[in-house]
Amino acid sequence: MSGAAAALSTARRRLVVDSLGIWAIAIIVGGIFGFTARQGGLSLVEAIAFSSILFAGAAQFAAVGLIVVGTPWPSIVLLVWLLNARHLLYSASVAPYTAKLSLKLRAALAYLLTDEAFALTTAHVARLGRIDVKGAWYAGITIFVPWNVSTIAGWLAGAALPDPATIGLDVVFAAAMAGLAIGLVKDRAALVALIVGCGSAVAAALVLDSSAAIMIGGLLGPFAGLALYRRRA
Amino acid sequence: MNNDLLSADLVPLAALGGLGTYAARALPMLVPGIDRLPPIFLEYLRLIGPAVLGAIAATSVFVQGGAFTIGPEAVAVFAGAAVGRWRGNLLLGMVVSVLVVLALRATIGS
Repeated sequence: MSGAAAALSTARRRLVVDSLGIWAIAIIVGGIFGFTARQGGLSLVEAIAFSSILFAGAAQFAAVGLIVVGTPWPSIVLLVWLLNARHLLYSASVAPYTAKLSLKLRAALAYLLTDEAFALTTAHVARLGRIDVKGAWYAGITIFVPWNVSTIAGWLAGAALPDPATIGLDVVFAAAMAGLAIGLVKDRAALVALIVGCGSAVAAALVLDSSAAIMIGGLLGPFAGLALYRRRA
Repeated sequence: MNNDLLSADLVPLAALGGLGTYAARALPMLVPGIDRLPPIFLEYLRLIGPAVLGAIAATSVFVQGGAFTIGPEAVAVFAGAAVGRWRGNLLLGMVVSVLVVLALRATIGS
């Protein structure tokens, strides 16, 4: 096996191992969404539509909460769009690596670009120095399939699901994001971006809301990291 | 509790929400020439990953109910991230986070 093939094989094994925890998150939280959707008055078909078409965890929960209290559709749609505006950053970050792929392939991969898929894809790209299309598909499907299957299971049998906090699984999502973020720190610029991103997001979350805070952290952190880049240049 | 399987009244709402979500995910990837940006822009884009993932984790554990908090969750996530980085194993780090948060909640409460 050549050096490049061996590196690809190693990186893919790492991707699969990293994704195991993400599978667990998707199964548990997807199940909770299915149950919440049913409690909120959504039919099974509607719950599936939210998980497969909208396909964005936090926004789905927010939308159901707003449906329950009778919020008008335009307000719900606007909130969902604002909640998911951070995906612009994910897409922009991945875009330089996907530029050589066909338009159809980019359009399809973009559909699967959730928080978790972005985290797995970015770590995989950082290990290889390039996009691996099979790896990117795997990262997206790793979320999409268990999320949708467990949405159905949760709708059908949600009352039997355990509360994630009782078994410590409520920290798994944050642990995955933190672990993947730290894994991307390869130099001082990335470390500064991480620290400033965290600090500014927490500060913004205290005065604004969490979704806006993530955007602010994601925008300000790289600016701080760039200060080091400019000094080095 | 809704026992209706097939009602589709809210499917258009999911589609409208999905439209803007997909636009956010797709537009930068579909814009031609993004790989030919000046190096400083590409460096900025590279740094978005650690910044935004760190921001998600930090706001999840440090901000609870609109207030700054350092609780078992923050300690557990930090410990798990440190172990994951040390051993080069994300899954191990996540397991450590779960064990630490359970241990802390059992000893000092949540």
